[in-house]
Amino acid sequence: MSEILGVAPEVEEQPARTVIAALLGNNITVAAAVCVVMLVAMAAFAPLIAPYDPLTQSVLDANLQPSAEHWLGTDQFGRDVLSRVIFGARSSLLLGVLSPLVAAVAGSILGVTAGYFGGIVDRLVGRLIDLLLAFPALLLGILVAAALGPGFWELVAALAVSFAPRFARIARASTLSVRTEPFVEAAVASGVRNQVIIVRHIVPNIAGPIVVVLTLWIATAIRLEATLSFLGLGTQAPQPSWGNIIRDGLNNLFGSAWPIVSAGLAIAITVLAFNLLGDAVGDVLDPELRE
Amino acid sequence: MIRYVVLRIADAVPTLLLVLTLVFLALRLLPGDPALVALGQNATADQLVLFRAKLGLDAPLWQQYVTFILNVVRLHFGTSYMNNASIGTLLMDNLPYTVELAVAATILGVLIGMPLGVVSAIRRGHAIDYGARVFALLGFTVPDFYLGALLLIGLSLNLGLFPINGGGDGGVLDNLYHLVLPAFTLGLIMAAFVSRLTRSTLLEVLGRDYVRTARAKGAREPRVIYRHALRNALLPVATGLGLSILSTLSGSVAIEVIFGRPGLGSMLINGIETRDYPVIQADLIVFSIFVVLVNLVMDLLNVFIDPRIRVT
Repeated sequence: MSEILGVAPEVEEQPARTVIAALLGNNITVAAAVCVVMLVAMAAFAPLIAPYDPLTQSVLDANLQPSAEHWLGTDQFGRDVLSRVIFGARSSLLLGVLSPLVAAVAGSILGVTAGYFGGIVDRLVGRLIDLLLAFPALLLGILVAAALGPGFWELVAALAVSFAPRFARIARASTLSVRTEPFVEAAVASGVRNQVIIVRHIVPNIAGPIVVVLTLWIATAIRLEATLSFLGLGTQAPQPSWGNIIRDGLNNLFGSAWPIVSAGLAIAITVLAFNLLGDAVGDVLDPELRE
Repeated sequence: MIRYVVLRIADAVPTLLLVLTLVFLALRLLPGDPALVALGQNATADQLVLFRAKLGLDAPLWQQYVTFILNVVRLHFGTSYMNNASIGTLLMDNLPYTVELAVAATILGVLIGMPLGVVSAIRRGHAIDYGARVFALLGFTVPDFYLGALLLIGLSLNLGLFPINGGGDGGVLDNLYHLVLPAFTLGLIMAAFVSRLTRSTLLEVLGRDYVRTARAKGAREPRVIYRHALRNALLPVATGLGLSILSTLSGSVAIEVIFGRPGLGSMLINGIETRDYPVIQADLIVFSIFVVLVNLVMDLLNVFIDPRIRVT
């Protein structure tokens, strides 16, 4: 962007060193970052870490209390709860990162199109965004999940639809302000094609806020995935996810409370870690966007 | 003011139509085939054709749309695919449970959250402020259905203080008794949100010029806070409350499942589990209407809180 008029973009261009220093300066942020790294490692190396296969059932070992063999006990099918929680991290993290990413791309395309072209397109898209924003994310997720039926990509779509309007709004607002910048007007005046202007000048300048919102939404996406899986609309049994471990646990309340307690704790810790990390990244990259 | 109210209500009609259109499109145009979703992957081609004919899914899309809208307007929701029960009756049976849960949770959320936020802002940096902020953080971190499950395990299962499931036998006291834990679950989550919002808004307002003026004139601290600051902080809080009520409403789906309560949420989940397509559709319509209504009511409420608002 800067090659045309030499206008410095406002959002990015925080030297990476400053960002990392600011992030590391805060003990809580460091703890959250370590926690996230450990969670990712746990998900990635689940087969190596987990003491048992998460799917192997054993009637004889049903509803065991925690012991040296089964640290978190077993569920009603005799499956090792710890192994299930470890493997459950896979779907939670994968969906928690992937779906906001898809939402960011889809929402940005929508928002940039509306903001850049304006007029009737903007009015229609704006109205649609406003309407979708009025819906709680969970309700949109349930709507799409109910319409699409179960499946991995169906779940990604359900989660992405519930976040996309949030990204679209920010992309639209940022595009509107970048649209009037001299370097964009210069590009328009010199006859650069719209697609080129959008890709070369608009997108790099609105990327900052989008990335900030993206990190903030990971925590929510993980919580939402857990809720949908708990409701039977997300990750399907027997594949473990923290949400459906709680769902199974609820059917086995009198058997063992350990699956519910440990899977819920895993969700809470993960959401907390991503929340703190997202907040910190937001503070550093874009202080104005907060609150 | 009256002009604004009338215009705002009139504006809700196209919004409602747009919402219904979205529900219609979501259930018809998305790649998932409702017949396939309802009958499962093993359905034969004949069964699928029969099912589509039965639900009118074989008609042209515009015709389906017109029928759909007309049916909603006449409140004709059809019959359940499972047991042929009238969905209208089913909705009326379940609606009160969800409404009472949402209302009770909202009352608790406001009664706990607002005072906590006010105290937290006034005593900024004190122990109580840190306590309130940890509470708010927990509210954002702990999923509502997990909190519900913990309360259920701890208070109902282990201590036997509350019933394990159901919505009560119809008596007022018994219904309230069954309402306590679900309402507290959602109420606490909402209180976390409300307290954080109240705290940050009040802190911002307390830094304004008119608050300094009030203090400079010698107004006593309670008067400054309640009369000058809190009243001005109320508008953003009320707006946030609208969002919070809606997320409480959607949270009620999982809470109803946890506590085995009847309600729109458990009706919806039942519908999805039994692939009862007309029930799913009717339920989503009702939820959508709620979204539009809550937004409308919150907007109108804003006019009364803040007379500066005029038609924009």
